[in-house]
Order: sequence, then structure tokens, then C-alpha cells
Amino acid sequence: MISLAGRDILHSWGKFVLTGLGLGLLIGVTLTMAGVYRGMVDDAKVLLNNSGADLWVVQKDTLGPYAEPSSIHDDVYRGILGMPGVAQASNVTYLTMQVRKGNTDMRAMVVGFKRGHPGEPSYLVAGRHITRSHYEAVADVNTGFALGDRIRIRRHDYTVVGLTRRMVSSGGDPMVFIPLKDAQEAQFLKDNDAIVNERVRTAANPALNLPGVPGLLDTINALQTSNNSVNAVLVRVAEGHSPEVVAQDIRRWKHLQAFTRTQMEEILIAKLIATAAKQIGMFMVILAIVSAAIVAFIIYTMTLGKIREIAVLKLIGTHNRTIASMIMQQALGLGLIGFVVGKIAATLWGPAFPKYVLLEPSDAVSGFVIVMLICGLASTLAIRAALKVDPATAIGG
Amino acid sequence: MDKAIAIHIEGLSKRYGEGETAVHALKEVNMSVAPGEVIGLIGPSGSGKSTLLKCLGAVIEPTHGRMTLSGKVIYDNGWKISDLRVLRRDRIGFIFQAPYLIPFLDVTDNVALLPMLAGRPNREARARALELLQALDVAHRGHAEPSELSGGEQQRVSIARALANRPPVILADEPTAPLDSERALAVMHILNQMASQSQTAIIVVTHDENIIPTFKRIYNIRDGRTFEEAGEGRALQ
Repeated sequence: MISLAGRDILHSWGKFVLTGLGLGLLIGVTLTMAGVYRGMVDDAKVLLNNSGADLWVVQKDTLGPYAEPSSIHDDVYRGILGMPGVAQASNVTYLTMQVRKGNTDMRAMVVGFKRGHPGEPSYLVAGRHITRSHYEAVADVNTGFALGDRIRIRRHDYTVVGLTRRMVSSGGDPMVFIPLKDAQEAQFLKDNDAIVNERVRTAANPALNLPGVPGLLDTINALQTSNNSVNAVLVRVAEGHSPEVVAQDIRRWKHLQAFTRTQMEEILIAKLIATAAKQIGMFMVILAIVSAAIVAFIIYTMTLGKIREIAVLKLIGTHNRTIASMIMQQALGLGLIGFVVGKIAATLWGPAFPKYVLLEPSDAVSGFVIVMLICGLASTLAIRAALKVDPATAIGG
Repeated sequence: MDKAIAIHIEGLSKRYGEGETAVHALKEVNMSVAPGEVIGLIGPSGSGKSTLLKCLGAVIEPTHGRMTLSGKVIYDNGWKISDLRVLRRDRIGFIFQAPYLIPFLDVTDNVALLPMLAGRPNREARARALELLQALDVAHRGHAEPSELSGGEQQRVSIARALANRPPVILADEPTAPLDSERALAVMHILNQMASQSQTAIIVVTHDENIIPTFKRIYNIRDGRTFEEAGEGRALQ
């Protein structure tokens, strides 16, 4: 038996291809949306992987340092280093801000780290690591900076000495690594006018400017301009120790919050990008409904255009299931064309997106199954119409 | 029952609706057609021609009466055979006012589709199609699409399709309506030729004054009743 659906598709291939192209672009958008979500999850995982930490110690009652602001003293790490099970502990700062190169600026996450400790860029694709104490930077290639570029962060210029890759914040902003001291200053130090203003305000406060206590005002002023805060302490747990147990000890004895890798993933994926994920999910549901409506409408219209032929087919003894199968196969054929076009489109335009788009093969397989299901369901309307056709309409009036 | 009769109906009635609004489309219609015979079925619009054709074509069921096809009972006063679809596929050929060929199949497959639907292997079905297309002088257009054929060629292909499963009866619903008089007579010539060659009974519903003289026997239908008349039986070339 010949394939009626196949012959019909070949006969009006132009219509099928054009419809499939339109549907394919919709499917491509849907696959890209899934890729955007996967990219966000992957960015979050990469962020955790690249930090090289087992534990994140942050300000108590916060979900820092990525999901909420966190500020702790920069000497806390010394106490943590002395705790059992801790192999390495290091201060880090994270601040998403605008960094400037020449007349252009871009959004980046500026990371302050100590060389050779957790938090440093795990590998370079060009140049070298930071060797000087100040004003050198390693940038992610997505910043667009090249080796030797001078970039401005707050009040100082930094020279890009190294380039790294896939170092992004959970929001997808590329990272710029600078020495910890510089980063602390960039994050916490006020500008000169603000410092002068603060000193005048302090001097005007009689409680802080006691005539009989020389040196008090100077001490207070020194405290106000010093920057001894960091956002987190990254901890590497010694071999043979459980990160959960070490985290419990830190929570108990240091009165700080300590998150394990699993907990951090939960914060980044389930909490930080939850709203974005729901947003994307809603878009995908709407796109799926629109795709289903388009397939249903096209197949229904095409079937209505063949009512007389269907009546003739039924009159000459074609089984209802043969006609239903023809319509179903056409809908599935349309879905197949649409999926192939969509997959190619998503693969081609995915890298052009500003944020990382991760097109997982498993998503493509699920997408294919869903497209086929939608097309199958969408064809039921047309099948219903075809099965209602009275073969008698082929005869007379 | 006489197997020499291709189709026989007796007391066939068809009523649409019930009670006061009921319409009696056919009233006690009787008809017999022998194998190889081509008869005309004529009558004014609304006389019941289409209803009779649909009953004969096993598309609608008569309210009352009996019908046999090559001796096999199809309807008998409310009883009917179980699978009318298979009956239509294997035992009745249809030719329509317009050819109604399947536009996405080529000429050969339009004809071969019926044997294929009946379960014949593709090769055998296509061989049968080619045989018929040769007989009807359209074999050279075997790979053409229906839209590439002239009206006359399309109608010949539809005749070939009607004959594909070697049915004992062919029902032709105004097969010459879209054709000019010359082509109409050519189609009638082919139908007569095929009827005699394959011993198929052909019932032609027509309004066409041009072809009515070609029938040897005519059933005139008026107000749902048939009246048998002798035709001129004019020779066709």
C-alpha cells in the first residue's frame, strides 16, 4: 500500500516546507528558551566549580555571597583555618559592577582573591596569573578585553595580564579577577569627598570628639576609612573530613553561616534562578500552545481543502483508519520538519545570545517527543472532521 | 436468485424524516440490470435519481425493499450485509460528474489505489492499472499528475479506476456533464466497450440529451418511482 500522507506531502511540499519553517522557528525559540535555562543552571554550577571551594562561609542569616549581600571581617578566615578539618581558607569579594575600558563600559562581576587560594581563576587561556599586589587583572574572554588592555574599576586602572574562559556569575556576567586588597577597596572604600564629609560629621559629634581624650577622633576616623570586610571565606576541607560536619562546627563556634556545595547549588538553582526558570517555563508553555494551535489550524485547513477527495476515498472503500493515519502522518511530518528546522535554528543562533545557551541533547530528545505528541494531538481535530465526511457527498448533490 | 442479473432491486423505498415532515424520495422502485448492459437513469431534478444512486452504491440504506448484487443479497427489508465499505470497494465502481481523481497520486496510482486498498500487492495493482490505462488509451500519461490531464483524459482515468477491482456494477453519476458533445459520446463509447468486454453492468445517471439516445434501456424516474422505457440504442463509434 502506498503512503497517502507521503504522497500528499511530496505533492504540496512547498506548503509543507514553508509551514514547517514557520513552526520550526517557533520550536527553535522554545529550544533556545530551554537552552537559556540550562545555561543559567550551568553558569551557576561553573561558578561553584571554579571557586574551588567545599564550603562558603558568609554573614549569619544571609544566603551570600551570590544570592544575597554578605559582609564579614577579613580576619575571620584565621579562626576558620585553625578549626579541625579545614585545609585552606581564603577571603573573597564579589561585586557586580560596571567596568570601563576607554569610552565603553560593560557589566562584570569583579572578584577579589588571594593568589594560590580558593577563589582564584582555575585556568587561563592566555597570558599569566596576577603576580603583582595591585592593579593587575585576569578577565573572562566574554568581557571582550584583550591582554594588555587597561580597564578602570572605581578609581584605579588595571592592566589585563591573563584571560580565562567560562568564569561567569550566576547571572551570566563575565568575571574580572583582581587582587583582594584592590577589590576590598573597590567595594568598601568611599571616595575622598565622602571621607572628608564623614570626618567633619564625626568631629562635630561631641560624644566622639571629647577634649579630654586625645586620639579618640583619630581612631574613629581611621576605623571609618579602613576596609576590613570581605563577602565570604572559601574553605577547602581536608581529606577524610566531611564538609557537612566542618560546616556545622563553623556555624556553631564562629556564629557564621556555612554552606556546603549541595546547599549552595540549592541556593543558586532553586532560589536565585527560580523566578527566571518559572518565567522561561511560562514562555515555553505558551509557545507549546501556540505551536499546537498552528499545527491544528494548518492540518485542519489542509483537511478541509481535501473534503471531496476524502469523500471519494471513503466511497471507494478506504478504511477510516487509513484516512486518520494519513492526516496523523501529515501532522507528524509537519512536526518533524518543524523540529529539524527548529534544532538547526537554535544551534545556529544560540552562540549569538549574550548569555550562555546550553542546548542539551536530552532536551532535544524531549523536545522532539513533545513536538510529536503536540502534532499528534493537534491532528485529532482534523481527523474528527475527516471521519465525519459522508461518502455520499461524492455522489450527486 | 438469478446470478445472470448483475443488480436487482425490488420494492426499494427510501424515506427521509418521520411523521408529517417525512419525504418519500423513493417509492417501491424496481430495477434489473444484466451483466454487460449499459442503462440510463434519467429524470428531473429532485425526482430521486441521486437517492437511488446512493442506495445502489451502498452509501445510504433504503427504508424498505430488497437489493441483490450478482445474486448476493445486500439489503432485505431492514436487513443489510455487515460491511458496506468492503462491498463498495470490491463490488461497485463509481464514476462521478467530475473525475475527482486524488490530486497527490499520479495517474497509475489513482487507478492502482483500489486494488491496493483491497489488499493486492503494489506490483499487481499497478499492472492492473496499466492494463486498464492501455485499454483506455491513457497509458502514456501514467506518471502524470491529474492536474496535467485534459478533461477527457481525466474522465478516462476515472473510468479505469472504477473498473480496477473488476466490479460487477459501475454507477456513473453524470459522467459526461463537464464534456462537450463529441467527448461525451466518446466516453459513452468507452463505457459500452468496457461493459461488454468485462461484462460489467453500468448504470448512467444523466441529464445529457446528447447521450440519452445511446441507451438501449432507460429507467425514467419521476416522483420517486421508476418507469422503464426502451431506448434508441444508437450505435457509437
